[in-house]
Amino acid sequence: MSMLDVRNVGKRFGGLQALSDVNLSIAENTVHAIIGPNGAGKSTLLNCFVGKLIPDTGSVMFDGQSVLGRSPHEINQLGISRVFQTPEIFGDLTIMENMMIPCFAKRDGSFELNALSAISRQKDIIEHAEVVLEDMNMADKRDLTAATMSRGDKRRLEIGMCLCQDPKLLLLDEPTAGMARADTNKTIDLLQEIRDKRKVTIAIIEHDMHVVFSLAERITVLAQGSPLVEDTPENIKGHPKVREAYLGESV
Amino acid sequence: MDAIILQIMNGLDKGSAYALIALGLTLIFGTLGVVNFAHGALFMIGAFCAVTLSRLLTLSHEVIDETRTDFLGNPLKVDVPYLYDFFGTDVGNVLIDWSVPLSIIFAFPIMIAFGVIMERGLIKHFYKRPHADQILVTFGLAIVLQEVIKYFFGANPIPTPAPAAFVGSFDFGALLGFNANQIIYPYWRLVYFLFAIIVIGVVFAFLHLTTFGMVVRAGMADRETVGLLGINIDRRFTIMFGLAAAVAGLAGVMYTPINSPNYHMGMDFLVLSFVVVVVGGMGSLSGAVLAGFLLGILQSFASMAIVIEMIPGINQVIIYLVAIIILLTRPRGLMGKKGVMEE
Amino acid sequence: MFGLTKTDFNLLLIIAILVLLAPFLLNPFPEGSKLAQFNGGYPDLMQRFVIFGIFAIGFNILFGLTGYLSFGHAAFLGVGSYSAVWMFKLLSMNIIPAILLAVIVAGIFALVIGYVSLRRSGIYFSILTLAFAQMSFALAYSVLTPITGGETGLQLALDDPRVLGIQVTEQGNIPVPSLFGLEMRSSAELALGPWLFTFNVGYYVCALIMMASFYLAIRIFRSPFGMMLRAIKSNQQRLNYTGLNSRPYTLAAFVISGMYAGLAGGLMASMDPLAGAERMFWTASGEVVLMTILGGAGTLIGPVLGAGMIKYMENIISKINSAILHEWFYWLPAGLEDFMVAVVYPFIGKGWHLTLGIIFMAVVIFLPGGLVEGGQRLLNLIRRRKSSSAEPAKDNLTPPA
Repeated sequence: MSMLDVRNVGKRFGGLQALSDVNLSIAENTVHAIIGPNGAGKSTLLNCFVGKLIPDTGSVMFDGQSVLGRSPHEINQLGISRVFQTPEIFGDLTIMENMMIPCFAKRDGSFELNALSAISRQKDIIEHAEVVLEDMNMADKRDLTAATMSRGDKRRLEIGMCLCQDPKLLLLDEPTAGMARADTNKTIDLLQEIRDKRKVTIAIIEHDMHVVFSLAERITVLAQGSPLVEDTPENIKGHPKVREAYLGESV
Repeated sequence: MDAIILQIMNGLDKGSAYALIALGLTLIFGTLGVVNFAHGALFMIGAFCAVTLSRLLTLSHEVIDETRTDFLGNPLKVDVPYLYDFFGTDVGNVLIDWSVPLSIIFAFPIMIAFGVIMERGLIKHFYKRPHADQILVTFGLAIVLQEVIKYFFGANPIPTPAPAAFVGSFDFGALLGFNANQIIYPYWRLVYFLFAIIVIGVVFAFLHLTTFGMVVRAGMADRETVGLLGINIDRRFTIMFGLAAAVAGLAGVMYTPINSPNYHMGMDFLVLSFVVVVVGGMGSLSGAVLAGFLLGILQSFASMAIVIEMIPGINQVIIYLVAIIILLTRPRGLMGKKGVMEE
Repeated sequence: MFGLTKTDFNLLLIIAILVLLAPFLLNPFPEGSKLAQFNGGYPDLMQRFVIFGIFAIGFNILFGLTGYLSFGHAAFLGVGSYSAVWMFKLLSMNIIPAILLAVIVAGIFALVIGYVSLRRSGIYFSILTLAFAQMSFALAYSVLTPITGGETGLQLALDDPRVLGIQVTEQGNIPVPSLFGLEMRSSAELALGPWLFTFNVGYYVCALIMMASFYLAIRIFRSPFGMMLRAIKSNQQRLNYTGLNSRPYTLAAFVISGMYAGLAGGLMASMDPLAGAERMFWTASGEVVLMTILGGAGTLIGPVLGAGMIKYMENIISKINSAILHEWFYWLPAGLEDFMVAVVYPFIGKGWHLTLGIIFMAVVIFLPGGLVEGGQRLLNLIRRRKSSSAEPAKDNLTPPA
């Protein structure tokens, strides 16, 4: 069964056709990678999934419901969580607080006026956040201000925050960009674990082919705003069109 | 028909002031990305440059006039401006009479220097701070400048007349074929409007016809790229800040005969000018000018007795009302560019 | 206790002690001495301290937590004042219904303005709130004169109905605001030697309400709701992509802070039953911004400190004149005395705004965290001095806070 179904999506910015006629289907419990050269429209496509952009044409169905016209928080409440290219976290808050916010969103929905109950009384939320912190190996840093962490830690925190919500679909936008090899491998391990243990469907945009081929079960190659091929990693590796359009340049 | 023309003309002088202040605000915002709450204070300082010059020109010393006597029969003491000694009575009188226009020459370098010092000394340190901090520190500066002026010049408005040649009104209606005295318009307001047009024209010409201006405009559009070309954009922006200060200052100089300057005139104009900038579109120079005139004229229409009768109080709120509607329906303002300070 | 952590409870306790003992603390100088002019312990000023404290505490819930800088908060204070005075005119001189109405009306007003203004953020939000407040001011001054009293302001009259209270006192005067018969203006005086302390009913009513407001603010700060507000300030985009709708959070914060402003306005009218449009002017909105920043935006105690400091300056520094300055510097040689007086003079008396502006600028430039941050830095400095002289190794062992 497909988790995310994209049909005929097109998006224009002024004179630039950023996306045209994109068809894509992401199956449940798979890791689906979207690759392509710079400017192929990968991030634009992702933005159409989470409500940051509304495509001009086509439809995006998630778990049987259309996401078009919904605002980002509504789409998130449906079960799509997103990790950004540059880590988007609450820099002024502590790591523990960063973790607790998605837990609240999961439990209370998009708005709850709990202005008089102390945070320290929210035992279930604290427990939930602590478990994820433990999973992310960040329990010892819980009281640090998030902005003071290294980039790799920020990324892990952001992934952890998404996991607090038990999303059905996790979108990752170049999660290893700018990371050292060791950190990249750690991230790969983490994502594999997420896929295997938590049964989360993952869609990932990535430039690093090492990451793509260690994780993905399906790969869509995007070029100039429309999908070139979609296939398994083995077939993609040998595909002449892909070699020409993409791998030949970057590997 | 005549009433409409009259209202449009009445709106022009206020609109000119709004446009000039808003132009400077936009220049600063567009180039430096700084929200300057002290811009109204620059307008006020310009006005007080005119006051200062007129005081300097009338600096006098006492002379005993042998030909006349006071009521006790002693020779009369009269104050004679030093100017009379330097240039003779006739030239001296002309100079004193023309003190407001002369102040332009006097105020221009002062305002440029003031702007540059302000940018280098204070604003520079706030480029990377949040907009709220910029608003706050310039708000503080505005209070300080205002209080300094109040200390030296007092709290009361200081009448600063226009040259005698421009006192009085001019029968504009007769020119258009209406009856005499149907549309009369004070000469000085006409001068102010023309002056505003010239200043705006000069600023636009400067930005569009000189290399300096082109670099600045490119910098407004994309600061990083211009920086990459190895052009020192910061120094140019500093000069633009000086220019914006000068525009505000000159607007203030020429406004003195219309409204006697007082220490809080800057704040009064600032709030409205901000509204003008937002209506015009943050970062759009032509938007600022257009919105300035538009709102000035709109305000003057709303002040018509017949309109007030229909909608009481509309003259008090029209500008704010327009701003609210524009902001909610067209967040970018009338002519704002995409991506400049949206949300 | 009261659902607070120990530190927060101690903070509340300190505030309570300071506020309750204010008549002593603010009057440290004996009556008739040269320094008596620095005494701030008279009812009118003490009431202002706590009322503006409430105003600033409320403003801080919006600005300090969410970072939305409203430049029109005085409108809610003004609306609160008008509502309270109308209660005094129509119902009775009891302050409770007056204050309740003030809070409710201000809350509704804030809901409407907030709903519209919060569609935009950043500078646009500031300008929208400013525009709304200026509109309210202009209307109150002109068209709404039947409701607001226009230029003269809204005042009580002998022929007001006051259906639940008395219309006219036995002496033929307009009755004064009271709490079930306890008049706000009545005071008890205590003379201890040369010292004179005044205990005013109105002040203690305000003080108790202020403590309740402060307590409520602590609860809000420590709640999940407060955390969401801080998250909005930190990264609104992340909050939205985390499934939380920031709009109702900011709107709730806006309304709460508007209600605080209404409460302050209602109390102001309860102490002195009149209301004028100038309370809504944008400089009045600017004042509460100054108070909050000066004390420390986003901190609990900062706004209260800022409000106290500005109101003290306004009332005390503005009273100093050159004769007093000459007295201060009389011990200097004659020329130097005149010089010092000339140097200091611009900053006192009517020039206190100049002092305020300079202090404010200095705070924004050097101490973005306000007086509270200043205090913390000072404390850290002292601690470091102590620990480096006594046990230098300790710093390495303590985990970073």
